[in-house]
Amino acid sequence: MNASTKTEPAPTQAALPEMLTGAEIVVRALVDQGVTDIFGYPGGAVLPIYDALFHEPRLRHVLVRHEQGATHAAEGYARSTGKPGVVLVTSGPGATNAITGIVDALMDSIPMVVLTGQVPTHLIGSDAFQEADTVGITRACTKHNYLVKRIEDLAGVLHEAFHIATTGRPGPVLVDIPKDIQFASTTYAGKGGPQPHAYSPRVKGDPNRIHEAVELIAGAKRPLFYTGGGIINAGPKASALLREFQALTGAPVTSTLMGLGAFPASDPNWLGMVGMHGAYESNHAMHDCDVMVCLGARFDDRVTGRLDAFSPGSKKIHVDIDPSSINKNVRVDVGIVGDLANVLTDMIAAWKSARRRDDATLTPWRAQIDQWRAKKGFRYRPSETIIKPQYAIERLYALTRDKDVYITTEVGQHQMWAAQFFHFDEPNRWMTSGGLGTMGYGLPAAVGVQIAHPNSLVIDIAGEASVQMTMQEMSTAVQYNLPIKIFILNNEWMGMVRQWQQLLHGERYSHSYSDSLPDFVKLAEAYGGVGIHCDRPDELDAKIMQMIETPKPVIFDCRVEKAENCFPMIPSGKAHNEMILGEEVQDIGSVIDDAGRKLV
Amino acid sequence: MTIEPPASAYDMTHAAESEQRATFAVVVDNEPGVLHRVVGLFAARGYNIESLTVAETDHSAHTSRITIVTSGTLEVLDQIRAQLGKMVSARDVRDVTRDPLGIERELALVKVLGTGADRAEALRVADIFRARVIDTTHESFVFELTGAPSKIDKFAELMRPLGLVEVSRTGVLSISRGVM
Repeated sequence: MNASTKTEPAPTQAALPEMLTGAEIVVRALVDQGVTDIFGYPGGAVLPIYDALFHEPRLRHVLVRHEQGATHAAEGYARSTGKPGVVLVTSGPGATNAITGIVDALMDSIPMVVLTGQVPTHLIGSDAFQEADTVGITRACTKHNYLVKRIEDLAGVLHEAFHIATTGRPGPVLVDIPKDIQFASTTYAGKGGPQPHAYSPRVKGDPNRIHEAVELIAGAKRPLFYTGGGIINAGPKASALLREFQALTGAPVTSTLMGLGAFPASDPNWLGMVGMHGAYESNHAMHDCDVMVCLGARFDDRVTGRLDAFSPGSKKIHVDIDPSSINKNVRVDVGIVGDLANVLTDMIAAWKSARRRDDATLTPWRAQIDQWRAKKGFRYRPSETIIKPQYAIERLYALTRDKDVYITTEVGQHQMWAAQFFHFDEPNRWMTSGGLGTMGYGLPAAVGVQIAHPNSLVIDIAGEASVQMTMQEMSTAVQYNLPIKIFILNNEWMGMVRQWQQLLHGERYSHSYSDSLPDFVKLAEAYGGVGIHCDRPDELDAKIMQMIETPKPVIFDCRVEKAENCFPMIPSGKAHNEMILGEEVQDIGSVIDDAGRKLV
Repeated sequence: MTIEPPASAYDMTHAAESEQRATFAVVVDNEPGVLHRVVGLFAARGYNIESLTVAETDHSAHTSRITIVTSGTLEVLDQIRAQLGKMVSARDVRDVTRDPLGIERELALVKVLGTGADRAEALRVADIFRARVIDTTHESFVFELTGAPSKIDKFAELMRPLGLVEVSRTGVLSISRGVM
């Protein structure tokens, strides 16, 4: 983390602990935690902390334009580095504006520490100016939260907040600090002081269950790895172990939206994403496998589709660090609570300790998968006159393959196309809002990623509707010289809403069209960035190259086919093997029944 | 193509499975908001709370004990237990109902108004249930009764025709037998 501060010997080892103000303790605790960057917005109730920041060169503060932007930037930072994202905002509206990103981080298990200012303790409960019951409001949307009412508790709480945010199933932890606590003084004992809770999540898997799981995998004729964001959260080591274990077992691999990159998309055993808009071969493999190995995924409804028809013939193994994820939506045969890097190490050892099956036993399964692959579920009708959104992503991928690239997305059709057509060979390269589905995530997330990786190519694959929700962060990108690329697939519609209205609501396009849109080129210029417009397929490559080569923030207004739908698709209330392909669609409305129509 | 409705996470029900009651004893750090965390968890995930008691139980260790009576299918009860265990403030979660060593007790205060034969009968019933009279006037009794929740239900049922006007119950408390 912050090697320079750690290697220097403390000047006076045996000296008494220093007296510091609460605000200074906050800043010191951040430095002691190895934090180098924080995302925030000042206000009355955090002014003492901002004052302490003023004198602290080891912390870079990134001034966002809206507190929601700070939280998503922290998420992008965290997801792309494996380090916790840190947010600093003021009381009242500062805290409430941050809520969306806090919930997003909770849903996607992103380690994040949010520091909020609060009115002075003696004013709490008096409806003071910019007072909100921040801990009350965020109790349901944080992994844990604190209101610090005694200066003596502050350091312990801050260090524990980092511990809780980053261990076990990661998540957002909020510390609400009243202004008088920021001014009060006490001794600061560093990281080693007492912490309020006895929190120690289980990381080591039960050896008997691991043995059972390995036996099941060894006996499988149609095994499948179904991996999720948990692999990414368990660190690069877990991704490496997944690759090793896959090579030993020969099982094909699919992944949730959140897990893309843990297993290389260039590997022949990679099937593509699973779920509602996942690969045809992945979903059929999920349905027909005989042993499913779920690693750090949570059987989300976007993945399972119809539950009573979910992978009916398989024995299921589920490894997760969160005990409550096991048997929550789907009953599994072998549940293992533990950290994936730990459990995979043990699984590999158990596999190697016994003679294992002949790889040829998987030949029929591979042949079956090849048949599904031959369906080419992602194909679309190309056009020479209009840019197809899928084509735009394909070209973006092709033209950035040799680059050190990080992708963020907003939420909607473009997000699914990005997941389908942009391929990842490494973890931590793909930042998207999976659980909460937050439109407006991608642009500020790109800001966070670029802060962490200043020399990399960071692209927000966006929709014109989503990106306007947090467009103001373009100003942040310009201020910090962050050359993020906002690649907008502009179809003038809230595309996924339009798709559902077309397919499920009798083509009644209720309020999903934007009758007025900004001129994105001028908008980029107004912010001090660069705008690029493209509406012709034959110009696309050159303009994408122009975007890549521009050392400034770019908004790329890519005008695409307006009525393109995202396929393949498992309609609501359907099973994996009832997935529909693009060309099969005449009237999806007739395929989905009333019950399915009520689902989201 | 026709599909049998309905099925998805959104309409996952356990209607076909039988629900059962369970009592969870949760030892938590005694800190502000901890009760809200537990109650909020139940509300957010749609679990029932049939009764709930909470009090500090170990001042030096700074712990409180929350006893919650809830109901659900076995799957839901497992989920409740896991969700409670996940709370940072929770030190220990026990399913007392499914623990053969578990004991559950509740205390009730029961007010009965009446005169004449009903009043005499109320006193007799109270005697059978080993309820104590802790307040009396010429027209009223307040009984104090401890026991399993079913015993208190039964007592109230018998008192109803005898002039029962008010019942106050603590909710269930629990502990395990023996040296554990």
